[in-house]
Amino acid sequence: MDSGHSGSSQIAPVERRVAAIEAVFEARGMEPKPFIESATHTAEEEWVPRNGARVVAKAWTDPAFRQRLLANGKAAVAELGLTMPPHHRHLVALENTPTIHNVIVCTLCSCTAFTIIGLPPDWYKDLDYRARAVRESRTVLREMGLDLPPEIEIRVWDTTADTRYMVLPLQPPQTIGWPEERLVDIVTKESMIGVARL
Amino acid sequence: MDGIHDLGGRQGFGPVRYAVGAPVFHADWERRVNALYGMAVRRGIFNMDEYRHAIERMPPRHYLSASYYERSLTSLATLCVEKGLVAREELEKLAQGAFPLSEPSAPGRSNLPDRVIFKPGDRVRVKNDFFAGHVRMPGYIRGKPGVVVSESPRYPFPDAHAHGVEAADEPTYDVAFRTEDLWPNSADKALVHVGVFQSYLERAA
Repeated sequence: MDSGHSGSSQIAPVERRVAAIEAVFEARGMEPKPFIESATHTAEEEWVPRNGARVVAKAWTDPAFRQRLLANGKAAVAELGLTMPPHHRHLVALENTPTIHNVIVCTLCSCTAFTIIGLPPDWYKDLDYRARAVRESRTVLREMGLDLPPEIEIRVWDTTADTRYMVLPLQPPQTIGWPEERLVDIVTKESMIGVARL
Repeated sequence: MDGIHDLGGRQGFGPVRYAVGAPVFHADWERRVNALYGMAVRRGIFNMDEYRHAIERMPPRHYLSASYYERSLTSLATLCVEKGLVAREELEKLAQGAFPLSEPSAPGRSNLPDRVIFKPGDRVRVKNDFFAGHVRMPGYIRGKPGVVVSESPRYPFPDAHAHGVEAADEPTYDVAFRTEDLWPNSADKALVHVGVFQSYLERAA
């Protein structure tokens, strides 16, 4: 199949290419318009970092839940009414400690626990992060504002299969004793990917 | 395949273009692409492995210069043509211009023979295996030694599932690799964990 230009025509602007696919679906009776609307709503309103923040806040305040989360992430988040797509069969919560820092990447594409921590931000899907996060983890984190002291060991997790990961950040000491609802507000998407500490 | 998408460990890239609270989407068409490919998967037009592989099959220059959602769109369009939903000529007529697609796929393969059951603590080595189809073995771990940290539930074997080939689902093992073993004297020290399908692994000597 010739993947280059067809004849001598210019490449169609990307918006027209998207419209072409939508027209194909429309012609087949698939009704893409309502699906696009509801899927976009789901992506932006339901798959939000606050889901993961609730998981983290509960893990910080409920030691038994924390153990269940570390043993079987998918079952634990379901206790909070959080679901994952069928092909994400396993969720692994990566526990940060005072001496271990976890960070997640997908070098081959962009795999993310998106129903729990939200769809990936642009930089996560970009070539630089994917290339460098495995080989220059400490440098990349420092460039991104997280300068870890040498005694903190770094563990990088490359999401190559259908297991999905989320970082369980360390609870900031000054927030010990806060109620769970207040803790939810301090947990960020960046901290659950592992490029920031709270 | 040893494609251009296999970026882990590649040198020459610069600082990550990062901002706290960075967006997922930059334009409305990106939201539409995201929904449309999700719709196609949900409808069974193609599966996630086929989708990922069709992105990998983009010609290198297009892959590197395209934005993330343009890669997604190219995969979606390629699969729509390959699965017979629309002829390429019709697609280009609808788009009123050329619509670059991905290159054809190599044949798939089923599970590799002599698979071993591993457990946490086992020392393993990634096979010196090369395959032109969809494989979720990043090149940087090929032939490298590591230690099994944990096991995941069985998943469809990508090398088969992306190609409509029959295969058994396989466990994947989270294998920890030392950067000193992956890139001696040429990496920041860390343990890199990769989810490695059973077929890709052998016992370390």
